[in-house]
Parts: sequence; C-alpha cells; structure tokens
Amino acid sequence: MEKPIIELRGLTKCYGSLKAVDNLDLTIQKGEIFGLLGPNGAGKTTTIMMMLGLTEPTAGTATVCGYNATTNPIAVKRKVGYLPDSVGFYDSMTALENLTYIGRLNGIPEAEVKDRAFEVMTAIGLRDAADKKTSAFSRGMKQRLGLADVLIKQPEVIILDEPTLGIDPSGVKEFLKLIRQLSRQHGITVLLSSHHLHQVQQVCDRVGIFVGGKMLVEGSVDKLSRSLFKNETNVVSISLAEAVPTPWEFEDDLHRLERVQRVAVTDNVVEISCLSDITPSLVRFFVHKGLDVTGVHKKEYGLDDIYEKYFENNLAESNTNEKPNRVFQKSFFKK
Amino acid sequence: MKSLTVFSRSLSLKNKDYNHSSEGAVFPASPFSIMVGKEIADHLRSWRFIVLLSLIGLTFFGALYVSLSNIKSAVSNTQDPDRLFLYLKLLTTTDGTLPPFHVLLSFLGPLLGISLGFDTINSEQNAGTLTRLMAQPLYRDNLILSKFVSAMVMVGCLFVSLALLMIGAGLLITGVKIEPEEVLRIFAFVFISFVYVGFWLSLSILLSIRFKQTATSALTGIGIWLFLTVFYKLVVNLVTKALFPDPAFLAPQQALAYQELISNFLRLDPSQLYTDATTTLLMPSVRSLGPLTMEQMAMAIPSPLPFKESLMIVWPQVSGLLAATVLCFALSYYLFMRREIRS
Repeated sequence: MEKPIIELRGLTKCYGSLKAVDNLDLTIQKGEIFGLLGPNGAGKTTTIMMMLGLTEPTAGTATVCGYNATTNPIAVKRKVGYLPDSVGFYDSMTALENLTYIGRLNGIPEAEVKDRAFEVMTAIGLRDAADKKTSAFSRGMKQRLGLADVLIKQPEVIILDEPTLGIDPSGVKEFLKLIRQLSRQHGITVLLSSHHLHQVQQVCDRVGIFVGGKMLVEGSVDKLSRSLFKNETNVVSISLAEAVPTPWEFEDDLHRLERVQRVAVTDNVVEISCLSDITPSLVRFFVHKGLDVTGVHKKEYGLDDIYEKYFENNLAESNTNEKPNRVFQKSFFKK
Repeated sequence: MKSLTVFSRSLSLKNKDYNHSSEGAVFPASPFSIMVGKEIADHLRSWRFIVLLSLIGLTFFGALYVSLSNIKSAVSNTQDPDRLFLYLKLLTTTDGTLPPFHVLLSFLGPLLGISLGFDTINSEQNAGTLTRLMAQPLYRDNLILSKFVSAMVMVGCLFVSLALLMIGAGLLITGVKIEPEEVLRIFAFVFISFVYVGFWLSLSILLSIRFKQTATSALTGIGIWLFLTVFYKLVVNLVTKALFPDPAFLAPQQALAYQELISNFLRLDPSQLYTDATTTLLMPSVRSLGPLTMEQMAMAIPSPLPFKESLMIVWPQVSGLLAATVLCFALSYYLFMRREIRS
C-alpha cells in the first residue's frame, strides 16, 4: 500500500478551555476525494489551517505529502492548493493580474505565466472575464476564479473549504463534476469540507463526520449507512387511503409475517421494519386484506439520516460544551 | 466550466509542455521581489499616494518659493555664519509666511508614514486575500517585509527626487556652484527624513496587525501622532513644573541638570529627535542641542561646524530614530509570525 498523502495523528487544537479539534486521526490516500462533513463550528477550518501550517496545533502532527505541515509549511504549500471559504481578490487588479500574481509567487517563469493563466481561465469558463476587475465579479465567479487560482500551481492535493457556498444549484453541479473529473484524470487528492450533505454524497469516495472537534465516523457513504442502521436495514412505509384505527386488527397478523421486526402506525401510514427486503409480500398482504394502498415507499438511508443520527446523539453533549462567556466579551475589544 | 472537454485537453497539454520548468533551467524571481513589485504598483495606482504626493510636492514647492524670494537677504546677512551655504539656506530660509521645509516635514512625515501603512495587513485580512496569499509557498515575514520595503522605496524615491529638484532649481536660478559638504548635508537630511517616515510606517504596520479594522488602526495612528506633536510637550511641562522646583531658585549646576532632564524627556518624541537632527544638519553653526555654559562658549568663534562634527552631534538622534523603527518592526514580526491567519 502506498504512503498516505495526508496523515493526521492525534491532532489537537485548543483555544483557551475550548477544544476546537480533539485528538484527530485521519488518513487520506492519493487520488481520493474525501469529504469532511460537519456543522458550523465543528473545527473543520481549524483542521485545514493546521494541515497548511497556518495554525500551530496544540498537540499531534499533520503530515501532508510527506512533509510536516507545522515545521515545513513551505514545502506543503508548494504541493497543496487551498481554496478558502471566503476567497478574496485584489479588487484593483483584473482577474488575469490576480491569477498571474499567484502564479509568479509559485515560481512559474515569467514567460509562461500568462499562457498558463489563460489556459486555466479558459478551462474554468472565465476566459471572457479575464480583463475585468475582480470587484465586479459575482460570488460564483469569484469561487471559480478561486479554483483557477488553485489549479494554476498544478497541485497534488486540493483542499476546498466550503467550496459550494453561495453558488446556484447548477453551478454547484458543474463545480463538483469538475472536481471529480480533475481528481480522476490527474490523480489529484481532494479534501472537501462542507455541511451540504447531498453535494458531498455526490462526489466523495469517503466521508468523515466531524462534530465538536471529533471525527465520529469515517468511511464510504454505503458503509456508513450499513453500519449505522444495521438493526433496521429495511423500512417500508405504506400509505393507505383511509386512516388506520388505533388498535389495528391486522397488526398481529403483520407481526406473524416472516422477518418483520417492528410495526408503527401513524394516521394512514404504516411503517414496517424488517430484516430483509420483503416489500412484495407486504404489499400482497395489504391487498389481500382489502386495504387501499395509495403508496409504497422503501426508505433508503442517505447521508442526511446518518448526519441526523449523529447530531441527535451529540446535541446534548454540545450544549454542555458551550464556549465560556469570557470568549465573547474578549472579542469586543479585538475589533 | 462550460467546456469540460477543453479543460481536460488543456490540462494534459499543460503537463507535457511545462514540465521542464520545474527542473530549474531558469530561476524565476523570488516571491519577495514579486511581492515588492506588486505592492509598488499598487501604491502607484492608488489615489492615496497621488494625494500624498501632491501634498508633499505642494509643501516643498511652497517652501522653496518662499526661501527663493528671501534668499538674497539671507545670504547677504553678515551676522549669520551659515550665510555661505546657499543650498542649505534654500531649505531653511523663511519670511514667516510658511515654516521651512524640514519643519513642515516633521508634521507631514508622520502623515505620510501612517497613510502608507495603516491598512497593510488588516485590509488584506478583511478582503480575504491574506488567507489566499498565505496558502502560497512563501514565508510569512516576507509579506510584512515586502509591504515595508515597497512603501520605503516610494518614500525614498520621493525624497531623493525632491532633493535633486531643489538642487537643480537652485543651480538654474542662482548659478552658484554647490559645495560637496552641502550635498552631504542635504543627503544626510534626506536620509534622516527617510528614517523618520520609516518609523511612522512601521508603527502604522504594527497597528494594522494589532487592530482588525482599518479605521481603528488609522485613527490610533493619527491619535498617537497628534498626541506627540500637540500634547506631549504640554504634559512634560506640566509634570516637570509640578514635580521639580522652580529653576530660578536652583544653583546653576542643578538648573543645568534639570534642563537636561526635561530635554531628555522631550526626546522620547520622535518628531523632537527629527527636528533636532535636521536643524543641526541644515544649520552648520548649531553646536549643541543642549544648553551650553558660558565657559564652553568662551573664546568660541561663531563659525559653521564641519559636516563630520554636525553628524557626531546628531548621531544619538539618528540611532534613536533607527532604534524606534526597528523596535516597531520587531513587534510587528512578533505579533504576525505566530498569529492565526483567518478571514
């Protein structure tokens, strides 16, 4: 097995008494698209900052591309392209100037920096706006230019912090498609942080759910849902035309069916959990009993449910974990 | 993003074509010089610098005009031991309508320094460009150093060109040959002005790192400047009057020590250091910056000092200014190097 391209060992960051990142272990292989999922304030950005050497960890090490990010950030930054969540550009310069500036800082020779900038801009669909001042750019255009900015240095790893924030749905789709294509064609490793579950689900090979500074679980979306909901893998909800009376006459009959675990009735919907997929026999059962079935829905567990499940468990914890008031008072004077 | 096919093609092209560049056949410019270049371009294009340039230019030409119209009487004044230094006279002569250039500069220098530096770091942070910049392979200190160097290059060019303009205008108008000593003195004056503006620049960079809002750092910088120019003397006078006895009742020795103490306190103010230093350099007959006793003055012929002696007198002032600049800059380094970069 190859050496992992990103390796975090026991990474911890404390702000006063608050633990933003708590003993995080994470390994990402080359060419992978990894989704870092978590609610706001979970410590995603802090983790990314530590991977780039922009913040010193309180404990633990972050190794990126074989370099220690804390002691050798320059080598790491040479190989890693980072797109911050609120990317900014020099407003007085045009898009092209902004891009060539970053290109030059990355040591691209003067003779080819312009050609390369044009290439990346064409690819990203901003060729026509190259000579426009970035102050006139929309949020989506800025985000694209940010990606161009990352690509011009030809990175081995791309780190995207909330990349889809503020882009319209069709733009998001294209953006994610492009990222996936890039990763597949050139073997670029992508680390994507987001709180948009569906987007992450679309592109990521592996996801990690990150709450309150801890990585709760990681793995592919399939694997996650299987491990989480192994007790109730198959849930079928059947809608009926009329409301079901509360002491339901057929409930016992239903329980007698093979592999049925649990039956829950709410109004006109019957929810049945079973050990294996027995939807056809369930429908047959209902029809046989002369009930009018209006809809059958087989529930599949997506990231949403996974996410929710974890949040339920963590809500109680995070409330006790609230930031002390002192932090807020202090921030007044820092302005 | 519309042309994904084009993209994949171009990327593969790119990898083929540009791979030779990483082998280092041609060394690209260092990030530091690229940053300095970009900062200078930014300054040149900004309205701020144009306004400052016209302000300094106006003062300079105003002062030059006043001194040129009074130069005849100043040079023919036989009481003045400095009358033969025509070009120094051009910088210092005035008829009272406008203070001489070096005095004006002691007011305007801080303004120049503060306005070039007050938003160096916090504006980048607020615009979100700081994170983007810091994610590039460059050392963190290169950023503040490049900001400082670029502004100093601008200030240096400005002062040197003004000095040369002044000398050229003097040559054209009076036709008098310039003495090497005058050249030395004028360029020493330019250098001290440069260091003086450098102090204010590094102070304002420090403030821009410390405060997150540009308005706060600008106001704090202007506040410090106003305090030092307007109130500081007042405060020193008040405190010494309250704490020390009336010098009229003191022995001469004590009175002297007392006077020395007050002027040492006043010298904590950089503009005082600047005024002391420039006055000594531009008026060769100035022999001391403190009080002189009658014994010291006895038998002395009121004549100009050689350049080296004047320089010796102002050496503490120059080192003081340099030390203050370095101190501010070191503090900026300290604050910035371990600071967390976040937008």
